[in-house]
Amino acid sequence: MPALCLCFDVHEAYRLRRYTVFDIGQSSVYEDDDRNCDSLMALARACYLPMNELMLRLIRRYKKAFKCAFAISGTALDQFEQYAPEVIDGFKALAATGCVEFVAGTSAHSLAFLYSEEEFDRQVKAHSARLKDVFGKKPLCFRNAEYVYNNELALALQKSGFKAVLAEGADHVLGWRSPNYLYQAPGVSEPRLFLRNASLSEDVSINFSCREWASWPLTAEKFAGWCRGVADSADIINLFWDYHAFGARHSRETGIVDFMTALPAALLEDKRFRFMTPSEAAKKIEIRGVVDVPGFTSWKDRERDLTMWLGNDMQKDAIHALYALDARVRALGDPALLHDYGRLQSADHFYNMSTKWFTGYLSDRPNPFGNPYDAYITFMNVLADFVMRLVAAEKAANAKQPASRGKAAGKPRVRRKKSGD
Amino acid sequence: MRILMLGWEFPPHISGGLGTACYGMTQALAKLGAEIVFVLPRVKGGGESDFLRLASASGTPITREAASRIFLAGQSVWRESVRFLELDSPIFPYCTPEAYAETVRWLGRAPDREYGEARLSAHSFTYDIQGGYGPDLMSEVRRYSRLAAALALRESFDVVHAHDWMTYPAGMLVKALTGRPLVAHIHATEFDRCGENINVQVAGMERAGLMTADRVVAVSHLTSRTVVERYGVPQDKVVVVHNAVARHEAERHYVVPPRIRHEKRVLFLGRVTFQKGPEYFMEAARLVLKRLPNVRFFMAGSGDMLPKLIRRAGQLRIGGRFHFAGFLRGEEVDHMFALSDLYVMPSVSEPFGITPLEAILYDVPVLLSRQSGVSEVLKNALKADFWDTRDMADKICAVLRYPCLAAELVKNCRQELRSIRWENAAGQLMAIYRDACARA
Repeated sequence: MPALCLCFDVHEAYRLRRYTVFDIGQSSVYEDDDRNCDSLMALARACYLPMNELMLRLIRRYKKAFKCAFAISGTALDQFEQYAPEVIDGFKALAATGCVEFVAGTSAHSLAFLYSEEEFDRQVKAHSARLKDVFGKKPLCFRNAEYVYNNELALALQKSGFKAVLAEGADHVLGWRSPNYLYQAPGVSEPRLFLRNASLSEDVSINFSCREWASWPLTAEKFAGWCRGVADSADIINLFWDYHAFGARHSRETGIVDFMTALPAALLEDKRFRFMTPSEAAKKIEIRGVVDVPGFTSWKDRERDLTMWLGNDMQKDAIHALYALDARVRALGDPALLHDYGRLQSADHFYNMSTKWFTGYLSDRPNPFGNPYDAYITFMNVLADFVMRLVAAEKAANAKQPASRGKAAGKPRVRRKKSGD
Repeated sequence: MRILMLGWEFPPHISGGLGTACYGMTQALAKLGAEIVFVLPRVKGGGESDFLRLASASGTPITREAASRIFLAGQSVWRESVRFLELDSPIFPYCTPEAYAETVRWLGRAPDREYGEARLSAHSFTYDIQGGYGPDLMSEVRRYSRLAAALALRESFDVVHAHDWMTYPAGMLVKALTGRPLVAHIHATEFDRCGENINVQVAGMERAGLMTADRVVAVSHLTSRTVVERYGVPQDKVVVVHNAVARHEAERHYVVPPRIRHEKRVLFLGRVTFQKGPEYFMEAARLVLKRLPNVRFFMAGSGDMLPKLIRRAGQLRIGGRFHFAGFLRGEEVDHMFALSDLYVMPSVSEPFGITPLEAILYDVPVLLSRQSGVSEVLKNALKADFWDTRDMADKICAVLRYPCLAAELVKNCRQELRSIRWENAAGQLMAIYRDACARA
């Protein structure tokens, strides 16, 4: 009896404004408020508001037979609160049905796990607390930003008591095995490892509106047929979709909303299928094997690795420069600096510096700078200003408490590095 | 395919980018099997090159019979051009009555004898032309057109290919005389050279040539837009063929002397004229020097704005960091590139601009103005609007401060450079020739 596990990825990043070398030390406004606002309002109209309403209708229509999960990033929550609070109300209404689970993550949609365990823990705790605060339930499942995962992540999550971790079913880690079963990391029985069915997921999230695609146009019946095709050899089909795909990446005119409306009925027609939230599936479905993921995987690009964020030297330089400040920022504990430090960690900043021009950038998440070089220049300028503020704050703190000197100036440690780096 | 190519520059008879472009282009065309006769105003020394025949217009005998045919053809060509001017003269708002009258007079004038005509025999005569861009350019252009036409009458070819306005009158004449299709290549328009203060005579000739041509080849989409918008050339007649670089490896390795290794050098190389935007470079330099003291700026080239800019450098008190290298030639240019940490091309209007490609050969990252044709083919270059000097300065600072940015730029630009080859451009040109011949 295969379960269907739907998880929608909800993430919005804060775009930096064109911050020049002349702004360093002059202005500490880093974000492009107008653009962030315009972009979010447009997305709320095209995607969030109508889709939240549709989800609510579907849950009511199928009387709890339809369930799904949302992985909402902290920066997305910030933006909803700031620019479109009605979107949060929509998610709250979904939470109230009891058929929707909210999945934890890092508050800044960051790659902190690669560089600082302390910062990672801080962000996970903060984000879990916030999700509980907003939606009333402590999250039990975890999804790292961009589905970045390796064995060590499972180990770290075991300590925090998560029941499930969502990751990419990358071919190079699965080999001959199918993503349609539950797995575990070597020596870690909990959290259970949910692997995305990449081809079924991307047929909807990427290929849906592509007219050159052999299976275009995709209907709910056709998709349900594909799911039935794997049902005999599956415990669970993990469909992890970017929420943007519904209305923003594929516009309403492509029929994506009608597809989603018809999908539950088409799938539930086969009595073998049941929708389950991740924590429910983690309780009911047995582990079938061990999947060893020594290097990091992600859900982006053909290689399913980190090269979209850490593929070139600019990206490495920027992220190393940022995490080199980690110990100092946290030791100081200044709320304004911690806030900006979090925002600067969003994976999107590094993604925008990618020189893999032809594989990246989906239409709904364009590079705000148009090219990787301007993204890097802006980020480094912002970081230079941030360092100045940090140094000034450290001086002020030291002047107040001369006894605690040296503590703040601890040498930064780089905890983990990308394999093969 | 036999091509009669009309050009004003060809190495070593060269003064700028036009000759370099013609050289690379003809070399690649010859590889594709084109037989090219390249008509220059004047060829010094030997006329043979290994892949084409250089013909000197100067000194070509014109027989009385040819002269009368040229005269008749010229009459119709000039009349057409005059008609163009009369119809459209109100679109040149800065044209003075005197200039206008003079244009009409010049265009309508019968062949005259007062310029350097030399009798060769009872039946033929010739003119003498110098080439280059002297004060007598207009009459040289006119004499070139007659001589090239006389030369064309003795050659056999399938298509005429004319480079820039100096050779358009000749191209029009040849087309009228022989009925062969004319391909007009536009490397720079009068609007690129002069902004709004155009020379109506030149613009008139440019327009007439482009209108008469069977196909127009523009070096960039930017130029193509200018041609369509300013001259009203039908869009479907214009094809964009980007320029390329002939060399793909630096010829020599230059070592940065130890004493200047701790400093960074930023280079401007080009004519010091309004079109190239040198004053924006200086303004950006002023802004950079406020932030980074350990930088030197070099301005290589000469031009009418040079004295003004030297005064301006003094006024800004940045003369100690802003150096004028004068006009560089040959190996000096390569050396200059090799010593630089960044090449800036802040052009106000640049139809193509080949120098950034040369900078990349020496592993120098480039910052281009968005108003340049070359930025259409170099995706991995830094770009700024020429008027946005703060943005320009910001990017200069970034390249000088972050070595990994410079390295990434160079690496990716070199990759792109490999696909910017004259072979590709020549392939496109051959298709254009065939198409023009089929239509004619």
